[in-house]
Amino acid sequence: MTTINMTVNGKAVSGEVEDRTLLVEFIREGLRLTGTHVGCDTSQCGACVVHVDGKAIKSCTMLAVQADGTNVVTIEGLANGADLHPVQAAFKENHGLQCGFCTPGMIMSAADMIERYDGKLDEATIRAELEGNICRCTGYHNIVKSIQAAADEMSKSA
Amino acid sequence: MSEGIGARVTRKEDKRFITGHGRYTDDIVEQNQTYAAFVRSPHAHAEILSIDRDAAKAMPGVIDVLDGKQLTGDGIGNIICGWTVNSKDGTPMAMGAWSALATQYVRYVGDAVVIVVAETQDQAREAAEAVVIDYKELPAVVSAVEALQDGAPQLHPEAPNNQIFDWEIGDEAPTDEAIAGAAHVVEMDFTNNRLSPNPMEPRSAIATYNAIEEHYTLYTTSQNPHVARLILSAFYQVAPEHKLRVIAPDVGGGFGSKIYVYPEEIACLWASMKTNGSVKWTSDRTEAFLTDAHGRDHVSTAKIGFDKDYKIVGLKVDTIANLGAYMSLFSSATPTYLYATLLSGQYNIANIHANVCTVYTNTVPVDAYRGAGRPEASFLIERLIETSARQLGISPVELRRKNFVTEFPHQTPVIMAYDTGDFEAHLSDAMKAADWDGIAARKAEAESRGKLRGIGMSCYIEACGIAPSAAVGSLGAGVGLWESAEVRVNPVGTIEILTGSHSHGQGHETTFAQLVCDRFGLPIDNVQVIHGDTDKVQFGMGTYGSRSGAVGMSAIAKALDKVEAKAKKIAAHLMEADEGDIVIENGEVKVAGTDKVLGWHEVCLAAYMAHNLPEGMEPGLKEGAFYDPANFTFPSGTYICEVEVDPETGTTDIVQFTAVDDFGVIINPMIVEGQVHGGLAQGIGQAMLEHAIYDDNGQLLTASYMDYCMPRADNLPSFTIGHTTTACPSNPLGIKGCGEAGAIGSPPAIINAITDAIGNNNLSMPATPQKVWAAYNAASTKQAAE
Repeated sequence: MTTINMTVNGKAVSGEVEDRTLLVEFIREGLRLTGTHVGCDTSQCGACVVHVDGKAIKSCTMLAVQADGTNVVTIEGLANGADLHPVQAAFKENHGLQCGFCTPGMIMSAADMIERYDGKLDEATIRAELEGNICRCTGYHNIVKSIQAAADEMSKSA
Repeated sequence: MSEGIGARVTRKEDKRFITGHGRYTDDIVEQNQTYAAFVRSPHAHAEILSIDRDAAKAMPGVIDVLDGKQLTGDGIGNIICGWTVNSKDGTPMAMGAWSALATQYVRYVGDAVVIVVAETQDQAREAAEAVVIDYKELPAVVSAVEALQDGAPQLHPEAPNNQIFDWEIGDEAPTDEAIAGAAHVVEMDFTNNRLSPNPMEPRSAIATYNAIEEHYTLYTTSQNPHVARLILSAFYQVAPEHKLRVIAPDVGGGFGSKIYVYPEEIACLWASMKTNGSVKWTSDRTEAFLTDAHGRDHVSTAKIGFDKDYKIVGLKVDTIANLGAYMSLFSSATPTYLYATLLSGQYNIANIHANVCTVYTNTVPVDAYRGAGRPEASFLIERLIETSARQLGISPVELRRKNFVTEFPHQTPVIMAYDTGDFEAHLSDAMKAADWDGIAARKAEAESRGKLRGIGMSCYIEACGIAPSAAVGSLGAGVGLWESAEVRVNPVGTIEILTGSHSHGQGHETTFAQLVCDRFGLPIDNVQVIHGDTDKVQFGMGTYGSRSGAVGMSAIAKALDKVEAKAKKIAAHLMEADEGDIVIENGEVKVAGTDKVLGWHEVCLAAYMAHNLPEGMEPGLKEGAFYDPANFTFPSGTYICEVEVDPETGTTDIVQFTAVDDFGVIINPMIVEGQVHGGLAQGIGQAMLEHAIYDDNGQLLTASYMDYCMPRADNLPSFTIGHTTTACPSNPLGIKGCGEAGAIGSPPAIINAITDAIGNNNLSMPATPQKVWAAYNAASTKQAAE
């Protein structure tokens, strides 16, 4: 067992983990932050995406010990208090979710994507960038629309 | 803005999902939670010679290791199919025994044999590795066609030649006669590819036993928790119904695969009693591929006859359906009453005969997956019509128009009575939206860039709003398919709707509240929709077959009728008016033509204060209703797909997809469009990407997202969606249903488009780049040779 320390959603946390413990397991079981989901076991579906030191990563493909000393943001920490993050608001406004299971990963990937492209996104880029996030409900139509709307909104206010 | 019927309101349930506060089964941890892992068969077919559990039992954290002999020894019943379909000669369907944990034989890779319970998930998985099972391998068969052949490996002693039943519908002799006398006959073979449903949330179960109360609680990923409880009690004898609470909390998609009670839920419930605790199991993705019921997997031949004016005179279909190793809950109905009854499509066909033979193979059970039988029917008839048009050299649009049903009601020769529709309306709307007539120019433009353009359509019809109980009862269903609802008005006037329709992405918490808003003019925020808990909701048949609108909401409408009637009585009494003059709107209760008015909350409070009620009236304002549909509903539509194929690589891009549907009355267009988008993605997945493949030894080759090609954002276009409306006459709201249409109507449109582009009609699903490339080259080689 190894002791790890990190900041999660702005709060300092620590825990004892086995060497094999995945970051997603530490988040879900250790910290009981269950918004981050596990939808596959092969780094394909992206339901587990969180931000580590400002970058979107698949938390099923990172060991908890590798995240020692990092700053982690999960879906629970994306909103600013009661104010939804623009990506969250856009998903609601544009019906970008149905069952909601892939949604946290989609939103975390989208926020990262908008950041990386400085809000300058078109449909083809959004679709290509979503290659690592699988949704079975929406056919992606409204997810793409949501991300475009959030990107437009965020570059307007930037 | 109105939030009533037809309003595009955003979803009430979204907030918890977008902030990470959804509560799915795996998110829940009970006190002293223990974890289960299953030891599964690595063989497609084998005899179990011995099971050695000792080493596993001695592993750290292990609480118990339990096998099938113990399970059956405790009287846990076999898993059953709940719909009886007999062979045409009257022989009952051959249901092979299926124990939740295999006792003597395993029949597919993934068949559960042992359950290990340990203090942590990792300990359970490690101990599962230590269970030693000695198998004697047996020959396996994975193709239904091969399973019927002489000398094929035999799966169940109850089913000689692996045949479950050999069933027919329609009159054979007149159909043969009509086709024999036809001016034109077109024949075709079809394979409907096997699929894995893949809801993003893997299945999960938490079973908790309370020894003092002898009571069980099961959290499970179910589309129909009450049905699960009924079956677990009445057939599997896991627990008596009143001692078993089943909760399906937030469920991450179902698409049919979460209708059924699977071995894992049964084993977890039983293990919770054996270990006197709480047992949790969550599937990983590979387990999901191996054990979630698959869909489709038909092989068919069809023959259609036309008279000299191209009117269809007869259709004959022969289908072999693979049901896998055991009969799943509705597996018998899917390739029969949900399939062959829709073979008439949108066409007036006087003679239809279909024969369906269902077969056991060494594969995971096959059952209803989004569309369930109707995509198979739609693919067959819409590919056949298109192919006929090509062979007979007439326009596929004209051929369809010539044969459309135009008068309603229309009785088909295969049970269904279409109640209403306007097939020309969505055909012409879709053609306009897709610029069908401008295709020649677009083909020429694409050709100038070295690309091949193609266009194809499908005109689908489906039967949903499942289903009139007496009708399905006469066809062998083991349940009634009504729905129930309760409307509880609180003393302050807020409302709780309790419904048997489970919501796992469909947005019921919003659309069901819209009904109340429409009726009483209350904001939807004053309405709470409660579902998915057998302790809260009295009963319900659940969500599948696009039934939540047509059946579930009709039950709510009936309960609202009763609430409205009682509220009006109370208001009339309080305002000394005639009951017939009371009007409820905008949250107020008024006497028409006067200035007398009470707030809705005042009437509700009066009902509970009971100080001044009409003589003999019971206090309170709470009403329940059961709604049993009078008929199936018949959504229909026209889908047009336009593709561009790269002849160098066979890569196909969908450049435009147009869907115009007639769903009857629409409660929330935003949600309905979302249902269509999702259905289309699954239909495109079937047509171009997805295929669950077993090798000859019965190993599933496509058991992860590295191998099974799920539709991703860059595989799909944005969709063009439209609606035409003919209200459904058989239910109070005029709703037809929208949940499955996209998956039903799209595959034939896509294959019709690709085959149009490449000039070769011989192309099977999924139309991968390799297949498209090969088909294109076969066609151009043939053309060059000619």
